[in-house]
Amino acid sequence: MSGRWTRFNITSVVLGFAFLYLPIVLLVIFSFNESRLVTVWAGFSTKWYRELFNNQGLINAAWVTLRVAFLSASIATVLGTLAALALVRYTRFNGRTLFTGMVYAPLVMPEVITGLSLLLLFVAIGFDRGFWTVTLAHITFSLCFVAVVVQSRLVNFDMSLEEAAQDLGCPPFQAFYKITLPVILPAVLSGWMLAFTLSLDDLVIASFNSGPGATTLPMKIYSQVRLGVTPEINAVCTILIGIVAIGVLIAAVANKRRAVRRRRDEQTAFDEFA
Amino acid sequence: MGNAFRRITIFIPYFWLLVFFLLPFLIVFRISLSILEYGSPPYVPQFDLSAGWSGFWDNLRLLNFENYQFLATDALYRNAYISSLTIAFFSTLMTLAIGFPLAYGMARASEGLRPILLMLVILPFWTSFLIRVYAWIGILKPEGLLNQLLLWLGVIDAPLTILNTNTAVYIGIVYSYLPFMVLPIYATLEKLDYALIEAAQDLGCTALAAFWKVTLRLSVPGIAAGCLLVFIPAVGEFVIPDLLGGSRTLMIGKVLWTEFFNNGDWTISSALAMVLLTVLVVPIVLFQNAQAKATERQK
Repeated sequence: MSGRWTRFNITSVVLGFAFLYLPIVLLVIFSFNESRLVTVWAGFSTKWYRELFNNQGLINAAWVTLRVAFLSASIATVLGTLAALALVRYTRFNGRTLFTGMVYAPLVMPEVITGLSLLLLFVAIGFDRGFWTVTLAHITFSLCFVAVVVQSRLVNFDMSLEEAAQDLGCPPFQAFYKITLPVILPAVLSGWMLAFTLSLDDLVIASFNSGPGATTLPMKIYSQVRLGVTPEINAVCTILIGIVAIGVLIAAVANKRRAVRRRRDEQTAFDEFA
Repeated sequence: MGNAFRRITIFIPYFWLLVFFLLPFLIVFRISLSILEYGSPPYVPQFDLSAGWSGFWDNLRLLNFENYQFLATDALYRNAYISSLTIAFFSTLMTLAIGFPLAYGMARASEGLRPILLMLVILPFWTSFLIRVYAWIGILKPEGLLNQLLLWLGVIDAPLTILNTNTAVYIGIVYSYLPFMVLPIYATLEKLDYALIEAAQDLGCTALAAFWKVTLRLSVPGIAAGCLLVFIPAVGEFVIPDLLGGSRTLMIGKVLWTEFFNNGDWTISSALAMVLLTVLVVPIVLFQNAQAKATERQK
């Protein structure tokens, strides 16, 4: 699709992005507000950020959240990649329909259902609620997102490359590790990042499955938001937004560099050949 | 050897999903048929593995449909389901009304600009859902930024009450789920060959007719996927009605949460979850078919 970029097109794009970004921009601006009244501007100040560092409860919650997110994203990436391989490569195995269903359903499943059902499982098997139950719950729903991301990359992978390696005597696992994995690595990494941010972000599933001592940052933010809008929360949110923005930016630059390097390598190879 | 690799690849994620996705649903179903008891866990009968098969049959005999009868007779729950479906339906339409022109505008931008616009749509998706909903509280509340702006412009004389109403819930859902609508529509529009539209116009179609007959028809898969991606999670939404909605906003996710956390009624929560799942089975199956088809097309 292309054609002329009409005035209507430009207007809808500009208005659409204004709608998407204005609330976030306002939130960030008012985190630097001097006044406790969040919506009345009273001058620039960073005092709410300084106060954050004295809030031990918030810091503990942030620490729990980061640990859960790191662990769950890493395990979900391994499981999700395996699931994607199973979906793309093996079109026939017993119970494939059920498997496909179980991979896609959590993508749209309302969080209250996922949270409640996992909690009842943990209660039924007598597993104490806490850090590990939240981690297991996060692995389960984010592995499906990883599977979809990796799958979309695997679909375009030329299987004959791996088959060639195997014909030349490479064992299947090694062939996967040396040939396929490097090719799908960008998708695997963005799957990890997606799983990490999903875990960082989750309130509902964590609330159901968390126990004493395992309060996550979204749970902490939620309990304070219910009491009203405060500049401290704006400051926490701004820090979180900043971290995510930097992460995404780094990933984008790395991707761009990789693409440039590949093009240069291809050019060199071509020149040498010619 | 190749078989061992295949077996591991399929077995590990399969086993994980059976234990942590399917089994929990069976347990929810089972508890939805139990009776509320004050104890820990707060329901009877419970599984007693030591009693063996006879215990299992005793267990089954004790199950009953009381919770479902209660759900069917109590108007609160019925209204909550109806109101969740209504809110989700209309907010999906509104998201489409904003999302389609945005995706269309993006697809018609120059090739150099498109990746940047795409990145700008994806970026909010990476920032926390809770934060994005929270941001609207400061804008919508009576002394909030929107009211200040409207008062300053002289559009209104007294602040509007928007926060804690269904209007705020609609705004919240449309805002939070907009990227889910834009991305699949953009994906289909971007691939659409502009020559088709030119051909239609060369053959005498007006621009509007060409849009209607070519562009819109060919973007139906994207529109369908986007609508399902917005509608299904919106029906069970909890955070948005809880933070932006008022005491009169009835949505099933919020009712389930209240029954579970405030009333400690695990059996009714389970029954509510089962009914919600039943209501959503059709759209979820449609979504899975769309996903499977999209994967096929990629090949």
